[in-house]
Amino acid sequence: METTLIKSNFKSEEYFINMGPQHPATHGVLRLLLTIDGEIIKKVEPDLGYIHRSIEKMCERDSYQQIVHLTDRMDYLSSHINNEAVCLTVENALQLDIPDRVKVIRTILGELTRIASHTLWWGVMGMDVGALTTYFYGFRDREMINDIFEETCGARLTMNYNIPGGLMFDIHPNFVQRTKDFIKHFKTKLPEYDTLLTGNVIFQKRMKGVGILSKEDAISFGASGPVGRGSGYSCDVRKHHPYSAYDKVTFNEALKTEGDTFARYQVRIQEMWESMAIIEQLIDNIPEGDVQVATNAVIKLPKGEFYQKVETARGELGVYIISTGTKNPYRVKFRSPGFSNLSLLNHIAVGGKIGDLVASMATLDLVIPDIDR
Amino acid sequence: MNISLNITETIQEWLMSMMPEGVASIAAMVTVALIYLIIFAVAGLYLVLLERRVAAWFQLRIGPNRVGPLGLLQTMADALKLVSKELTGTIKADKFLYNLAPYFVIVSSLMALAVFPFTKEFQAFDINIGIFFLIAISSIGVIGILLGGWSSNNKFALIGAMRSGVQTISYELSVGLSLLTMIVITGSLQLSEIVEVQKQGWLILQGHVPAIIAFMVYMIAGTAETNRAPFDMVEAESELGAGFHTEYSGMKFAYFFLAEFINMFIIAAIATTVFFGAWLSPFGITESLPWLGVFWFLGKTLILVFLMMWFRWTFPRLRVDQLLTLEWKYLLPINLINILIMAIIVWLNLTIKF
Amino acid sequence: MTNEALQKLINDWIPDLEFSEEESQFLNITVKPENLHQLMSDLKSNKETSFDYLFCLSGVDWQPELGVVYHLESTTHRHIIVVKVKTTDRENPVLDTVCDIWRTAEFHEREVFDFFGIKFNNHPNLKRLFLTDEWEGFPLRKDYEDEINMVIK
Repeated sequence: METTLIKSNFKSEEYFINMGPQHPATHGVLRLLLTIDGEIIKKVEPDLGYIHRSIEKMCERDSYQQIVHLTDRMDYLSSHINNEAVCLTVENALQLDIPDRVKVIRTILGELTRIASHTLWWGVMGMDVGALTTYFYGFRDREMINDIFEETCGARLTMNYNIPGGLMFDIHPNFVQRTKDFIKHFKTKLPEYDTLLTGNVIFQKRMKGVGILSKEDAISFGASGPVGRGSGYSCDVRKHHPYSAYDKVTFNEALKTEGDTFARYQVRIQEMWESMAIIEQLIDNIPEGDVQVATNAVIKLPKGEFYQKVETARGELGVYIISTGTKNPYRVKFRSPGFSNLSLLNHIAVGGKIGDLVASMATLDLVIPDIDR
Repeated sequence: MNISLNITETIQEWLMSMMPEGVASIAAMVTVALIYLIIFAVAGLYLVLLERRVAAWFQLRIGPNRVGPLGLLQTMADALKLVSKELTGTIKADKFLYNLAPYFVIVSSLMALAVFPFTKEFQAFDINIGIFFLIAISSIGVIGILLGGWSSNNKFALIGAMRSGVQTISYELSVGLSLLTMIVITGSLQLSEIVEVQKQGWLILQGHVPAIIAFMVYMIAGTAETNRAPFDMVEAESELGAGFHTEYSGMKFAYFFLAEFINMFIIAAIATTVFFGAWLSPFGITESLPWLGVFWFLGKTLILVFLMMWFRWTFPRLRVDQLLTLEWKYLLPINLINILIMAIIVWLNLTIKF
Repeated sequence: MTNEALQKLINDWIPDLEFSEEESQFLNITVKPENLHQLMSDLKSNKETSFDYLFCLSGVDWQPELGVVYHLESTTHRHIIVVKVKTTDRENPVLDTVCDIWRTAEFHEREVFDFFGIKFNNHPNLKRLFLTDEWEGFPLRKDYEDEINMVIK
């Protein structure tokens, strides 16, 4: 039976609330303008630009070698893959024949980057839903990868290991052994993630049926990476447009059809297993050979337009370079995965509670410098 | 005064020898209050340290170990820092209520401590409605939280305060009803008598199945009462920043912070008293040494405190509607049925007595 | 579908389309601004093309023209096409929005508006995305000058 309040002095009003730019759940300087009715989200409006550095404009000024280093600062958690994207674009434009050794090393490092990014995501994801311990478990495993990176190229986060034409230098002699050690270690630790968080009843109640994104919407919103795959949309660039050594390895694309936050969560956990499988296939037979092809000191791309997509930990990164034949690009556009993924936040968060918004946002895995560029 | 006041009595007798009766009573009350205040302010600080060490243990870290031996002076240093910090506030805050709120919270939690029987002798105030007093006092704290959240003139704080109100009012029911279940066995609200009854076996054994259910419900509801994870809707740092105490700083914040830990101690102490025989030793092994009661009481309480810390560092947070669903759809009906079962058990004399 | 087949198919829909495969790895279509929305909705709704995934939308300052480049992919047929639209009006460039066709365009068009000053008809929420509302000029245009913030060589 429906009851209606005929005479009521109550007046309910929607109100605004400012989430960010300093807020624990936005993981960076993202500002969300929320319109709320009690606890229920009516509208989410992101306000961006707090960390915009105009990388695209800077690229028009810089040479192609310099551009690579700017891309580290976009999605700093997939810095190696970002570097790779620019290098691949330039190499394809110059039609360089890249040695297999370079391709394999790039792929291994790319997958290590993906695991490192996902472990960090898993840690902060747990924090966002209130399980504070996950953070340290995630970081424990990420540290090992960062140590490998440090030994390989001297940097732990912004790697700069790729240059147009190959790698800056060869891998460290310990690299293969340490990577194997890490895989061995992580195979025992990844099930711990499930014990600690995935199987928890409260966690599942928080995640299931929250922030639902249908497959059609995922495609329309340009979702990519685990966000798209959580909705059953097969969008793995490594499968559909293979680059580097991805055509030589076999792996499964993690797909879930539920489209809720729990599906996106599971996709990322599954991806860590797949990444380990990829590394295992490659680590034992890294081909011998050069790690660089000689390029001119001043790289001039031929006149034309070049587009390269790669799969970062967050989704599809596109590099679009328009060249007029000079040493500087005429226009560079980075199609960042976080930017498109953020645009669907309003769609999936409306109607939920504040807690649901935080959970949804956590599974979008936003890195704000990647959105702002 | 016709109620038995053990340590109060001792102090009062000593003071009576020095000054007239009326003055002595007041002086005795003030002295006892001061002793309790100091003991539990320090105890609260060390609970903070304990929490940090436990958290570190769960989280593959070491925890504070630099200030003093084994980091024992860390919280003292933190407290000093908090005392010396500037007290900030928002411009349009309701100044009076804003300043009043922390005292509501800290005073109500300190008041509750008065009734606990740490040993047979060490009890400040053995009121005959002990349990009732505890339930009543512990619900005053939420007023402080509501006031603090509302008067801060901050929307995040307001949401936190409203959540707190809704949560405490709901879970108060379960706390009360689960304690009532045990009162059915003891037939008395007075804490010293509840302990007396347990000389025939701790109530959790006497009441067996329904007592265990009541204990579980009590621990869940008690954790919710203290606003700790997984029920920390009120603070929910990933959602609301810091919740109701977003705008508080320095000592005023410290009061909220300390109150949380003292409340946790209170919830555990009530459970110890009502379910685990307060200062009674298991199987009466130290019956000849009554002063060891403090050790047993604190030992049992700290185990329960550890249990609550365990919850906090392993569970994710519930959502606000799930929190209410849990209380109104699960805990409350279970509780009501449990009381009936307990009543039948007591009626049929099916309790276990040693 | 191959580029030739796509070209053959699409050429019949709308007059004055320019096709080109030079200097690019994809098939490029240049369309007049007034036909843009029609072409785009056809590209998506037609069963044979079904370009349902707009993966990149970039503003470009070609000097003197301003324009937008749309990279489209079909998730069923897995073919890619590039659509370009140009306008010579630098003072008040206006194009039709495509955010009713692909929702992702809403944010991308705001970005283009922010940096190139291209206005989009029927856009639900066209305002600055990254820069502040009072920012003067459009930084990614080639003639933009900012002596304080830009390192000019």
